[in-house]
Amino acid sequence: MMKTHDLAVDGLRELNQALHDADTLKDAREWRVVNSDGAHNIACGINDDISVDIDGHAGYYCAGMNQKASVTIHGNTGVGVAENMMSGCVRVKGDASQSAGATAHGGLLIIEGNASARCGISMKGVDIVVKGNIGAMSAFMGQAGRMVVCGDAGEGLGDSLYEARLYVKGTVASLGADCIAKDMRAEHLEELAELLASAGIDEDPASFTRYGSARQLYHFKVDNASAY
Amino acid sequence: MCGIVGLYLKNPALESRLGELFEPMLIAMTDRGPDSAGFAIYGDEFDAGIKLTLQSDGVDEDWEAIAKGLGEQVGTVADWFSNASVAVFKIAGEESAVRSWLADSAPQIRVLSVGQSIEILKAVGLPAHIASLYGLKGMQGSHIIGHTRMATESAVTLQGSHPFSTGRDLCLVHNGSLSNHNWLRTKLKREGISFETDNDSEVAAGYLTWRLEQGDSLEAAITGALKDLDGFFTFTIGTRDGFAVVRDPIACKPAVIAETDDYVAMASEYRALASLPGIKDARVWEPEPGRLYLWEKDTARSEAA
Amino acid sequence: MTDETQTQPYNPALRESATFGRDVIHEIQRAAETGIYDIRGWGAKRKVPHFDDLLFLGASMSRYPLEGYREKCETEVVLGTRHARKPVVISTPVTIAGMSFGALSAQAKEALGRGASEIGTSTTTGDGGMTPEERGQSSRLVYQYLPSRYGMNPDDLRKADAIEVVLGQGAKPGGGGMLLGQKISERVAGMRTLPQGIDQRSACRHPDWTGPDDLAIKIAELREITDWQVPIYVKIGATRTYYDVKLAVKAGADVIVLDGMQGGTAATQDVFIEHVGIPTMAAIPQATQALQEMGLHREVQLIVSGGIRNGADVAKAIALGADAVAIGTAALIALGDNHPRYAEEYQKLGSAAGFYDDFQDGKCPAGISTQDPELSQRLDPVAAGKRLANYLRVLTLEAQTLARACGKSHLHHLEPEDLVALNVEAAAMARVPLAGTNWVPGQGGY
Repeated sequence: MMKTHDLAVDGLRELNQALHDADTLKDAREWRVVNSDGAHNIACGINDDISVDIDGHAGYYCAGMNQKASVTIHGNTGVGVAENMMSGCVRVKGDASQSAGATAHGGLLIIEGNASARCGISMKGVDIVVKGNIGAMSAFMGQAGRMVVCGDAGEGLGDSLYEARLYVKGTVASLGADCIAKDMRAEHLEELAELLASAGIDEDPASFTRYGSARQLYHFKVDNASAY
Repeated sequence: MCGIVGLYLKNPALESRLGELFEPMLIAMTDRGPDSAGFAIYGDEFDAGIKLTLQSDGVDEDWEAIAKGLGEQVGTVADWFSNASVAVFKIAGEESAVRSWLADSAPQIRVLSVGQSIEILKAVGLPAHIASLYGLKGMQGSHIIGHTRMATESAVTLQGSHPFSTGRDLCLVHNGSLSNHNWLRTKLKREGISFETDNDSEVAAGYLTWRLEQGDSLEAAITGALKDLDGFFTFTIGTRDGFAVVRDPIACKPAVIAETDDYVAMASEYRALASLPGIKDARVWEPEPGRLYLWEKDTARSEAA
Repeated sequence: MTDETQTQPYNPALRESATFGRDVIHEIQRAAETGIYDIRGWGAKRKVPHFDDLLFLGASMSRYPLEGYREKCETEVVLGTRHARKPVVISTPVTIAGMSFGALSAQAKEALGRGASEIGTSTTTGDGGMTPEERGQSSRLVYQYLPSRYGMNPDDLRKADAIEVVLGQGAKPGGGGMLLGQKISERVAGMRTLPQGIDQRSACRHPDWTGPDDLAIKIAELREITDWQVPIYVKIGATRTYYDVKLAVKAGADVIVLDGMQGGTAATQDVFIEHVGIPTMAAIPQATQALQEMGLHREVQLIVSGGIRNGADVAKAIALGADAVAIGTAALIALGDNHPRYAEEYQKLGSAAGFYDDFQDGKCPAGISTQDPELSQRLDPVAAGKRLANYLRVLTLEAQTLARACGKSHLHHLEPEDLVALNVEAAAMARVPLAGTNWVPGQGGY
């Protein structure tokens, strides 16, 4: 049964409480949120494989710490969409503000528009697919997971990267410290094709470049001091 | 640490509704800045001299007497009206003459703004209170920028409230925190810029004032600010013909811009824009770090500063 | 560690420089050899004005003391009364500060939980996530929310009794964490999603918010995720404390955790430990003033840490305005850190019992600041937990003794007015009069 929650009338606390409440969710597996109007913390902390459609723009931390749920935002999102997501899928139809998917451990974040600065900062296992461009300092200290960018990347991509893998089709304004371009081997083409398919994006994996950690900052060396 | 909002009307038919459109934008930023609020509204231009916003802490300031004094000693007062603790004067005279007469004869009066178009209105308290205090809803004009303040280090006072005037028809509002404003204030004081507070944002305003006095264009002054101001900031700068938005190169503090055929609006958060007409079909985007965005009389410009 | 002054005969012709002392010369030589700053654990070692410089005015004629054994002096504290449905109730105002699994062995973390739970107080996770052992052994567990978000997950968040948003700590306000490769064992690496054995550098800023206006939204998110059940603490390193406390409260904190410069760390630059932040004693009056001006003193609770060692420190911190204190270094010592039992091994590491601060090396002979399975085994969590419980009891008894002597039936009734200072520095920082005068430097009077 599809339930519609009017945020302007029914309130945010009531929405999130309902989305956390196993009894309520027994018969209500599909949710539609209207009049979101950029409100913060919509649909955060869900722990069930329900689906939530937000009709309009969302504010900060939309679908924060998501587990299992499928959340679609039919608009733009503010800072930290799907921050610290564990599993499930969050799809942004418009643009995402800074720190999209920050520290997320798992799941799939799809941004159909552009993502601004610090997309995937400290990512810990999430997969992020961006149809448009990403801003400066994206994937900063990225630990694990994959990021796919069909457009261009801003300054300092992958600075202080650990083991996250980055695939960018367009130009990279500059690479951050310890981030380098790497060969696309067969397993990478395969991985990228899967990621694009799971996001429903039709692009040729061979047109992307892979970036990853040069692993020169893993242990302090005096010769690298300028990078600290 | 604060909320910023700005609204520039491209469609003159909306000018009679500027205050009505803007009031919910300001109030939407209450959570970001509950300590004080203010706005700079542009319109009702006066070219036969200068237009000033004066302010007094005295509850029953004798504005009539001020008008009389200014009229006798400085120049013809074409028009004046008072609104809560401020009064707007249109005078056929020189700014320096007004300032020196005020300093001698009415030192309790502060000059909040000078120009041909600008009026600055601000006070301590919640944004809704300030909006109703000044009757924001009924105001008309071509554009307006506003600010809600969560004071970081300097005191919660009217002087510490934004917008800060930075010159003729220019003002600045700030969200963020500067980290090198003390040295800069010392330097600017030596250059003859005066400051009323220890507020970091006032230093940013003073910096622009100084650069403009040196003959810089607004773009050049803002480019200089990006180099010389350290710390985190989103600035919105009101000009006679529009407004400018610029974020520091790290750009942690939020900003969002919306544009339709009728207006350009900016805010710290989208929810401040949600009440605007036609917002659902507006082009909405986030200004890039270190880039200057400028709207002036239908000529939108964006350049890498 | 050898002391030259003890091994060489006194020679009046040798004059040591006050500016370039032997320790300074040694550090310059070390820096020149290695090209890297000195990284160590522990807190500030330099002498700073501290609680030792304050004295209580026990009751005599103008005030009446309470009988030590018969008349009650309450110690219970409720934390998080402002917004949380389930505030944290602790039976003594001494809590265990945040220390990570990773910095500490699993045995040490378990021992902290056991000791604290026996007394009825809380313990705190650290930069590395929550372990099942820790959760299992802690009756009240505060879950830290740090910039790195290592191991952060909503399941653990909902298991926590309180959430502590960490902006900084007293040992390194403005700096991020560090955990050197030696301590990134397989389990630690797994919890932090890092390759094993690498040097881990934690961020100094949160990845998705900056400043109090954004923190307000972040705190609201954490409340939404946990359905407004548990308190949200905000932890700050003591620097611009008056402003920081006001901003944390404006952002919505239920509890402020204030860590002075003497607060410890598992690893950071020595220059950071010794040169950044203000002493605990100087920070408390600033925080108290901020809370009082907002009308929220004792409504938003204040937990203070950094150099708390005995019941007198506890009582003095409370008298200056704290609701509770947190201990880190002292708790580790109670577990067995720096014990003379391991004197020989400390010596082999180039240190000595009572001096050991190389927590970053992971070779802790006492099995506390290590991930080495053999060393960790040395610490019996049950026995060590018992020692911590004993120590917590002593802290409580000592604080009660002092409070009763000042005529207080609850520790929270201690006031600055019950204190005087031994020297001008302490008087100025603590904002209490110099002993025997009514002069508070900087506050007028004479």
